Amino acid sequence: MIFHPPILALIGASLLSAVVLAGAALFAVRLLRHWDPASGAERQIGLERTTTLVSTVVAFVLVLEAASLVLFAFNADRMAPLFVGAMCAVGSLQASPWGFPALWAKIAVFFAAFVWLAVDRLDGRTRDYALTRTKYVGLLALAPLVFAEGGIELAYFLDLKADTITSCCGKLFGESRPNFGGDLASLDPKLALGLLAAGVAAAVVAGLPAAGSRIAAVALGVLSLAVFGLALAAIVAAIGPYVYEMPHHHCPFCILKREYGHVGFALYLPLFLATGAGLSAGTLALVAGNRAEMVAARRGLSRIAIAGHLVFALAAATLVATSGLKL
Amino acid sequence: MRAAFERRRHLLDFAVRSLARRPTRNLGLILVYGLVVFLVGSVMLWGSAVRREASAILAGGPEITAQAMVMGRHDLTVDADVALLKGLRGVRRVEPRLWGYLWDSAGAANYTLMVPSTAATDLAVAKGEAIVGEGVARARRLAPGKMLFLVSPSGRFLKTRVKAVLPAESALVSADLVLVEESDFRAFFELPDGVWTDVALTVANPSEVGTISGKAALKLPHHRFVTRADMSRSAEALFSWREGLTLALLAGALVAFAILAFDRASGLSAEERREIGILKAIGWETGDVIASKLFEGALISLTAFLLGVLAAWVHVFLFSAGLFEPVLKGWATLYPRFPLSPRIDALEIATLGMLTVVPFMAAILVPVWRTASADPDAVMR
Amino acid sequence: MITLEAVTKTFAQGRHDRVDAVRSVDLDVADGRVTVLRGPSGSGKTTLLTLIGCLARPTSGRIRIDGETVSGLPERFLTETRRRTFGFVFQKFNLIRGLSALDNVVLPAFPLGVPSRTLSDRAMRLLDRFGLADRAGLPAEHLSGGEAQRVAIARALINDPAVIIADEPTASLDGDRVAQFLAIAEDLKRSGKTVLITSHDPRITEASLVDALVTMADGRIVEVAG
Repeated sequence: MIFHPPILALIGASLLSAVVLAGAALFAVRLLRHWDPASGAERQIGLERTTTLVSTVVAFVLVLEAASLVLFAFNADRMAPLFVGAMCAVGSLQASPWGFPALWAKIAVFFAAFVWLAVDRLDGRTRDYALTRTKYVGLLALAPLVFAEGGIELAYFLDLKADTITSCCGKLFGESRPNFGGDLASLDPKLALGLLAAGVAAAVVAGLPAAGSRIAAVALGVLSLAVFGLALAAIVAAIGPYVYEMPHHHCPFCILKREYGHVGFALYLPLFLATGAGLSAGTLALVAGNRAEMVAARRGLSRIAIAGHLVFALAAATLVATSGLKL
Repeated sequence: MRAAFERRRHLLDFAVRSLARRPTRNLGLILVYGLVVFLVGSVMLWGSAVRREASAILAGGPEITAQAMVMGRHDLTVDADVALLKGLRGVRRVEPRLWGYLWDSAGAANYTLMVPSTAATDLAVAKGEAIVGEGVARARRLAPGKMLFLVSPSGRFLKTRVKAVLPAESALVSADLVLVEESDFRAFFELPDGVWTDVALTVANPSEVGTISGKAALKLPHHRFVTRADMSRSAEALFSWREGLTLALLAGALVAFAILAFDRASGLSAEERREIGILKAIGWETGDVIASKLFEGALISLTAFLLGVLAAWVHVFLFSAGLFEPVLKGWATLYPRFPLSPRIDALEIATLGMLTVVPFMAAILVPVWRTASADPDAVMR
Repeated sequence: MITLEAVTKTFAQGRHDRVDAVRSVDLDVADGRVTVLRGPSGSGKTTLLTLIGCLARPTSGRIRIDGETVSGLPERFLTETRRRTFGFVFQKFNLIRGLSALDNVVLPAFPLGVPSRTLSDRAMRLLDRFGLADRAGLPAEHLSGGEAQRVAIARALINDPAVIIADEPTASLDGDRVAQFLAIAEDLKRSGKTVLITSHDPRITEASLVDALVTMADGRIVEVAG
């Protein structure tokens, strides 16, 4: 265990999220058993009232999770001097087998909470509580995810010991390494960028009719997830080296650092927003119908997804075009 | 879109007025809140500034330090060992060093006596001269040109004229330093020629440090080799640990603060309850009231956070964290009185926010919701 | 047109201290008319008013406003309907202390996101209509009883609702102010508003502008006249 202040803050945030979700899940069970919008009984009025609280606290948890995701990445970077061989976040995350799973779990919780709030928002716009049951079933799925994330993160921090010998981005993303990172890094940069461009184009094309067509919205959701994966691959294989102007530096974290003008934010913020909105549009298409407010919600989300994808693509293209490196 | 924006503006506007209408109540809360931010912020700013300082100092040190060991304890290195080290390939410079500690009963403090490196020409001292650290100068009221008398444990005197006082910037490691000439040092501590405290090795290729210290250890098995990276890591770990431990102790204060915030948000006056009932009756939704109350919380947080961070900044960087010296420092009697280089980064601010603003906002969520879901027909009863 | 069908409101349902405040009430409130609910205190007239005004939800039964059933709507939409349809004048006026008359008047429009400029123009016109233009900046607690009531009426009108609900409007007024209130009610009726009043004050119940007089006792309607 390393007693870094950001680690204490992150553990505190996870604990808080877990407590909030535990309470919300208990309420969800009660709601699913007694929910009856036709009734004017006090129990029903009480349940309706508490749904406002649950929406508020889950929104709070989403903000907390987003902040803690950023803090987690930066703290991993900051901890690097404690580990032998670590030079950036990758080294700190590799210092324990729980490191990368913790990061993935945090990303998963972020998207899950994003989608849940999108459903919640739409439910608040229906005059008949059309999605309330669905959304609380979803909450019962979200809660274990948040617990798992907190657990994995805690396992990671407890497992960390100063002086651990680890390997940094140069090794994880070494081109000749027989691991996933190495495979990504050795991906032909042109191919990676080409796939990414095709993915973004497909997501935008699917997004355009997503308000009216549920199939298009589901496609947008699937494609958004695919673009997220392609984008991470392209950052490792191509965009990173272009930013660093070094063909063998493949790190997806270093682009967030001051040395490179924090340009990583210009990529990750629109990417995360677009992925979250795209997944939400897809989910809404699956759980809700074609009523006016539902179409409006899909329209809003698909617009955000399209805009996010385009901003991301523009940022990536700018970084590649202005780089001194030619691959 | 426009309406949603205007609505938020109105709610924010209302929140500002609500705060302004109850100045004393909110001022008290802001002060306590600001104090919490100040405490936590001071610890964090101090910790990171010291870590930065330590790593900056280590960066100028030798890549490898060699120490002779006897029965697991530090021993003196002899000339023959120094010669062996000089024979190592890849080592650019081998410099035997002389330094030691001296308990000064007059100043009730521990000094570090040292012979300056021959490479540091600006620190060169002639026989009978001394350069002293900022802490020593303060304790003994020294200035260049004044005389410094030292008494060794065996009763030997050393009389030197102060040539210079070291600048305060490096005070974290040099506060207790007294630099003297080699023959003065040997005479004072009754040390024969040809023995040294330890040996500093400068390596030509930094990526070879590990290999070279391994090779050296084979050649001189009764020596210990400490690399700069090792020292930097243990310094980092030591300071982080202290900082973290202090924060953990402050966790109690944070919990108490969250309870206070919860209590404040729950215990609304009858007047405030009436007000919320009116707002609900005339057409505000629960969500509007929650938004307005959370805006109030956010404004209080922002004010308290800015005040607290500013105060912590002043405390740490202008007053060298005077309040926490004993806790965080705790090894030297001569505590450095030096301006830490002021810097503050986003990670620290984010962490500080996570440790203070998040508990506050979390604590008020439930009470705010409870007040906001008051029955709108209450005003008619 | 507001229609109530078998509307019941029970407090502390399922407990021994339960109160059936309103029992199976059927009622039509006609548009553009002045309706007065009267009855002794505890007869359920204020509870009925809160149900009609969407301030509370009936335990059972149905309330329709212009054909739409509002009794089962989520809080948000119930509030939206209330904001759009009703303006309230409470017995104790319920102005917010520390805010000026003008700031009190604009409050119901905040959730609608009307730009501030439009809003304060509208509010000034209303205050002017009730002869309070020079009182606009005065904190609510410095207004006299009659002024406070007129500010409350201006506040009720800020979102231009179709129905004005007044609960015991004369209970906190002295003699000569009652006539002033009746004049305003007359004026509202003439401008096409539906006015719904609870009162047991004969100066109201016997006033000539009242179109319908509903008498309540023990949570039920016992008589509808006019």
